[in-house]
Amino acid sequence: MDHKDKATAIFKDNLQNFLFVLPAFAIFCVFYIYPFYKMINLSFYDWRGIGPMHFIGLANYKELMGDNLWWNSMWHAGYITLIALVFQNPLAFALALACDQQIRMKRFYRVVFFIPPVLSQLVVGLIWNWILNPEMQNGQHIGFLNHFLYSSGFPQLVHDWLGDPKTALTTIAIVNSWQGFGWGFIMFLAGLQTIDKQLYEAARIDGASAWKTFTNITMPMMLPVILVVIILTILGCMQVFVLILALVNEGLVNHTDVPVTRIFSAMQNTNRFGYACAEAVIFGTILVCVSFITKRVSDKAKQA
Amino acid sequence: MKVNKYFFWGMTRSTLIHVFLMSVALTCLFPIFWMVRCAFMTNATVFVDQSLIPHHLDFGNFAIAWTKGNFAVFLLNSVIYTVCVVTGIVFISSLAAYSFSRLNFPGKNIIFYLFVAAMMIPLPGSFVALFVLMTKLHLVNSRFGYILCMINVGLSMSILLFKTFFDKMPRELEDAARIDGCGKIGIWWNMAMPFARPVIAVIVIFNSLTVWNEYILAMLLLGDTKLMPLQRGIMVFQGANSTDYPVLMAGLTMAAVPIIVVYLFMQKHIVKGLTSEEVMG
Repeated sequence: MDHKDKATAIFKDNLQNFLFVLPAFAIFCVFYIYPFYKMINLSFYDWRGIGPMHFIGLANYKELMGDNLWWNSMWHAGYITLIALVFQNPLAFALALACDQQIRMKRFYRVVFFIPPVLSQLVVGLIWNWILNPEMQNGQHIGFLNHFLYSSGFPQLVHDWLGDPKTALTTIAIVNSWQGFGWGFIMFLAGLQTIDKQLYEAARIDGASAWKTFTNITMPMMLPVILVVIILTILGCMQVFVLILALVNEGLVNHTDVPVTRIFSAMQNTNRFGYACAEAVIFGTILVCVSFITKRVSDKAKQA
Repeated sequence: MKVNKYFFWGMTRSTLIHVFLMSVALTCLFPIFWMVRCAFMTNATVFVDQSLIPHHLDFGNFAIAWTKGNFAVFLLNSVIYTVCVVTGIVFISSLAAYSFSRLNFPGKNIIFYLFVAAMMIPLPGSFVALFVLMTKLHLVNSRFGYILCMINVGLSMSILLFKTFFDKMPRELEDAARIDGCGKIGIWWNMAMPFARPVIAVIVIFNSLTVWNEYILAMLLLGDTKLMPLQRGIMVFQGANSTDYPVLMAGLTMAAVPIIVVYLFMQKHIVKGLTSEEVMG
């Protein structure tokens, strides 16, 4: 009898403890785990959103392998990511180094650099769309950039930046970097501030040059932060979508579309839900692999 | 001492640093300034007058956007969604995190690691399946449906942040509360929540930003103008006013200014959240 009471008490206790987690777990199951499962499941079907579902095995994936538009869109996102890795992150790092010195107005810079990241991609895209406007009215360029180039003596540089397939993607990548660098800056600056100032002091006394100090103290200490920023940059830029939607809308479909655009149009424009899910599965897998490889490579680099 | 030489070098160096920082800062601010500037012009002047400060300020665009453009509705909706989602996230995730941190039940670790894994695995295309699910549940064009989806978006990270904080809470605090006759819920509400105040600030500000700026799910799930949040509304508005740039800029200003103001007041917490070890993994 006593033993039974104790078991009931333990059971009640466990149940109570589980009830704390229940609301979160329920929402998580319905809105994360089920869609996750459903996404993989639907990718084996041919389905138009309504009506009968046809099981077609791996046919969606086979088609995807030969879908040039899809792999092009992957390359576009890769290009935007590359620009961010090569220009945006070093710029953010340089700004963080500059702000880590004893200079005035540090707070001002820190506040200003993080304003673009708090704006939504939609607002940023529409502002830049207006600044980059290629049209003319009454012999004047109405977009600020072209007007500025024209009136400051570079009329040959006036260009339809977002309308020309040759420059559109680069322009998008630059706007993307404009929005993103402040975020890397904040991470780098926080990293720099955790480095013990005594290390620099010791290096100075030993007569180390500024460059030596940078490569022997700053860089090794910053490696973990740099790694995190690189991975988050890759994940963030590969998934950019709303910014492009706001910048070019449907303008240059085959020159500026990214994987998320393809997934979206498979679902909304052609109603191919199964195919959209197959794209989503492949894209998600690639992202996980890329961030895993980046981590492995940098772990190796750290040991060496 | 070569004071003069060092002084000279120091001055040149800091001037160069300031030129660098200031030019980037101006590049950051200019597009935002240009948006606000154009919002105060009319369709007649915006194509002619390219001076930095327009000669004549016109407030009419804001009135047009507010009434004809439905911005009053969009703004109210955005506030409703943000408040509901953030409140939901704080309560639901802190309850779960408290249990993960201090209480026990079979399978606890498995469930916790599911949440952590969800944070690590990017799901860029899950909106397709989510849309299918929401259609089945008749939660398309429903405030409730959108709120639940958005709560899910912020859940994993908030649970992780709360849990790391609760792990640091001294046991003595809890024991004292228990002796005073507090139950589990009482300890969570009276001890753990006040203790976690700094982390609550971070969670509130971060999730507010996410909800306020969210677009994709709003586009998929909310087709009814009366239910749309700002971001979704702007896109509809842009479609209708695609050539009326001053009115469009007025709309964008109304969407951007609240978030910038909140950021200026809360920037300490934003920086703390971005750089906390939990986020850095």
